[in-house]
Amino acid sequence: MPARIIKSGTTMDFPGRFIVLLVTAAVFAPGESVYPIGNVFKPEATPAESIYNVSLLMLAICAAIFLVVGGLLLFTIVRFRRHKMDNSREPAQIYGSNRIEIAWTVIPVLIVIVLSMATARAVVEVQNKRMPPDALKATVVGHQWWWEIRYPELGIVTADELHVPQSTLAKPAHTFLKLQSADVAHSFWVPQLSGKVDLIPGITNSMWLDPRRTGIYLGNCAEYCGTQHANMLIRVIVDSPADFEKWAASQKVNASSDPHLEAARAAFLSLNCINCHTVSGTAAAGTFGPDLSHVMSRTTLGAGVLPNTAENLRAWVRDPQAIKRGNLMPNMQLNSRELDQVVTYLASLK
Amino acid sequence: MAATTHIPVGLPETEALSLPSKLHDWLVTVDHKRLGILYIGTALFFFAVAGVLAALMRWQLAYPNSTFLPPEVFNRLFTMHGTTMVFLVGMPFFAGLANYLTPLMIGSRDMAFPRLNAFGYWIFLMGGLLLYFSYIAGEGLAGHGTAPDVGWFAYAPLTERAFSRGTSTDYWILSIILTGIGTTASAINVVATVISMRCKGMTLGRMPLFVWLMLVVSSMVLFILPPLTAGQIMLLLDRYLGAHFFDTQAGGSAVLWQHFFWLFGHPEVYVLMLPGFACASEIIPVFSRKPMFGRAAMIGATIGIGMLSSGVWAHHMFAVGMTTSSNIYFAVASMAVGIPTGIKIFNWLGTMYGGKIRFDTPMLFCIGFLFQFLIAGLTGVMLAVAPFDWQVTDSYFVVAHFHYVLLGGLMFTLFGSLYYWFPKATGKMLNETLGKWHFWLLVIGFHLTFDTLHFAGILGMPRRIYTYAPGRGWEALNLIASIGVIFQAAGVACLVWNIVRTLRKGEPAGNDPWDAWTLEWATTSPPPEYNFAVLPEVRSSRPLWDLKHPEDPDWRYE
Repeated sequence: MPARIIKSGTTMDFPGRFIVLLVTAAVFAPGESVYPIGNVFKPEATPAESIYNVSLLMLAICAAIFLVVGGLLLFTIVRFRRHKMDNSREPAQIYGSNRIEIAWTVIPVLIVIVLSMATARAVVEVQNKRMPPDALKATVVGHQWWWEIRYPELGIVTADELHVPQSTLAKPAHTFLKLQSADVAHSFWVPQLSGKVDLIPGITNSMWLDPRRTGIYLGNCAEYCGTQHANMLIRVIVDSPADFEKWAASQKVNASSDPHLEAARAAFLSLNCINCHTVSGTAAAGTFGPDLSHVMSRTTLGAGVLPNTAENLRAWVRDPQAIKRGNLMPNMQLNSRELDQVVTYLASLK
Repeated sequence: MAATTHIPVGLPETEALSLPSKLHDWLVTVDHKRLGILYIGTALFFFAVAGVLAALMRWQLAYPNSTFLPPEVFNRLFTMHGTTMVFLVGMPFFAGLANYLTPLMIGSRDMAFPRLNAFGYWIFLMGGLLLYFSYIAGEGLAGHGTAPDVGWFAYAPLTERAFSRGTSTDYWILSIILTGIGTTASAINVVATVISMRCKGMTLGRMPLFVWLMLVVSSMVLFILPPLTAGQIMLLLDRYLGAHFFDTQAGGSAVLWQHFFWLFGHPEVYVLMLPGFACASEIIPVFSRKPMFGRAAMIGATIGIGMLSSGVWAHHMFAVGMTTSSNIYFAVASMAVGIPTGIKIFNWLGTMYGGKIRFDTPMLFCIGFLFQFLIAGLTGVMLAVAPFDWQVTDSYFVVAHFHYVLLGGLMFTLFGSLYYWFPKATGKMLNETLGKWHFWLLVIGFHLTFDTLHFAGILGMPRRIYTYAPGRGWEALNLIASIGVIFQAAGVACLVWNIVRTLRKGEPAGNDPWDAWTLEWATTSPPPEYNFAVLPEVRSSRPLWDLKHPEDPDWRYE
């Protein structure tokens, strides 16, 4: 399949792949990568950190129980195994002891009480957060199999990449998300920033983020949503406040209309693309697919299936089904002249 | 009445039948033992099928960007694997054990309703075949020959006609309704049998723990299957008669389906698991040579699990956006289930403590179960911590957790029970060496596969993805997990070979090969059709102990 070749850049033979695997195993959580590694235990925002804190208590308790009970079990099977020399007499027949039963009922009850309190506290911390008046508001709408992202107050519409400002001690910045779905249930999960919240049709859910470090945080749709559930990746891009302003400013303006590309634009607008896609400032106002006004400002195509390069863009427009099988964009059967023009035009939408 | 227990032995069967009449006998049988064997044989067959599906999925996921399977095929595989394991392996295995053993253990000649019993089996089998018939006749987005691809809990509105065209989802719905009818029939039968068919002297207090647990499970089944069946019928109405229960495009509720499903689905986990506990509660005492420690506490804990487990379903839904108080309630209630479950583990431990433990294959599987179920229980407590659940729900952590419960816990005890009661059912001993190979290969494979998958979940790998890009820290873990499958498959192959070999030329077992204490070991192996020539009378919960130790019988202490 061509998808694989374009996606990984190089095709690896089996030994090559195996060596990469060994290296990954050796360095379990390496730092930077094209696909940054998510990790529940490396929180970078307050919700994920609240979860992390209660998780540490929980892990400590569970580890202690495991050591005690597992140790007892091990001791019992070693100590009380039948020896070859044993006589055939049965061991003492013990039927039980109320005192012991009470002890091993009461201790777990106490543990449950402690863990319940910590849990309740973390739930409240994450779920009952009041929205500060200066919070950035964004709406994320799940689609089969991509993310529509809107900033209603900024007038920005984009897809698959959620830009949020970095939060610092000096200047805390919160982003509050409204989560909705256009079709089936999806789930928004970027492990280093927060736990999952589902996107369910007919319901508006919410979550919030205040990431402290700039960078790209990768996540997946975490609720099975049909054929291409696997290729529904979400990137949260945390910008410094200045970079965020710059990005927002570049997204607010209408799509570029380079006078040199008049013919290409006309070709694009004459094709069926406009039934599903929007390009601001033009007649293209479809809402079924991702907004293309600034498509080249995004790092990937097809919700993370390919890096966004001119070459990949061409492959995608030519036959999206060959790259992300079953996705809802049909093969438009463009001839090569149309394809050239559409790709030329799209590549200009920075 | 005399002080000793009367346990007469059955008469040997002498008739030799031709093959067609043998088959005919199996088709028309209403004998609880034959139906039990049919149930267990069918469950083992579907277990093998589901195992092949799982192996294909692990092959696909062994390395990133794999193109071994296209996405729609992969999605069908995990839907069929999950549905098969829950409805066509776990449930019939339970029904089979309950059918085979309950009458023998309570000293009766058959189940209360033998014909209902046969009806239950055949309708269950039809349900199972119907599910797989979809691979030939189902029609879906990808044309003909389409099995269901909506996941085993089939969240709305993915199952509505707008998103799931064709008939594959209908095969799924109808198959589950049919197997549900079979399970209900079997559950009614177990309850009626336990209540009304116990032999003289078999009070509820003296009933073997196995029978107690089957009674609790069967009662639970009667309460939890109706929401599932109702949900399935509502879904059918949505799909064919324009109802809008779950159709969100017409004001239906997606979350309503989740409530219906998990109202069944969570107690179902315990319905699957309690038969495992039931087997362990018979096997561990016999191989430790001690009575069950804290019998009354075990029964109480079982009933406690049964009741508590019906009030915790929404812990599968922490991420759907419930209120703070609902999340906290369901978190605390779910943790509370850990208390009676812990009591059970402690009591098994108490039984082994001070015993003389024999490490025959049934006991090995039970010890494996204890270790693995301890871990499964602890990851279960972790998942009850709602905030942690927000992170790892629908990730490979959850996949690893419930495979620890259902494979490391349930299947281990079921394998143990197979080695334990196979001699009773066939009169022949399974080979111990092969049994130990089965056990150790399965242990190695199981841990290679499922220990690693916990970490994949921690590193952000969601479940049900047909492929993943390299560089996210998942490659090594997935490769190791897939290698584990080879060991697991080799282990199961040992079991199959062991069964085939033993049926052809196994060593005779005798009536009571394990020196056990419950009534099924008092009759011949295999038992005659009428079980006992004269119905026994018991005076304690270990009638055969009383018989073997007239100087120190149990009834003196009860």
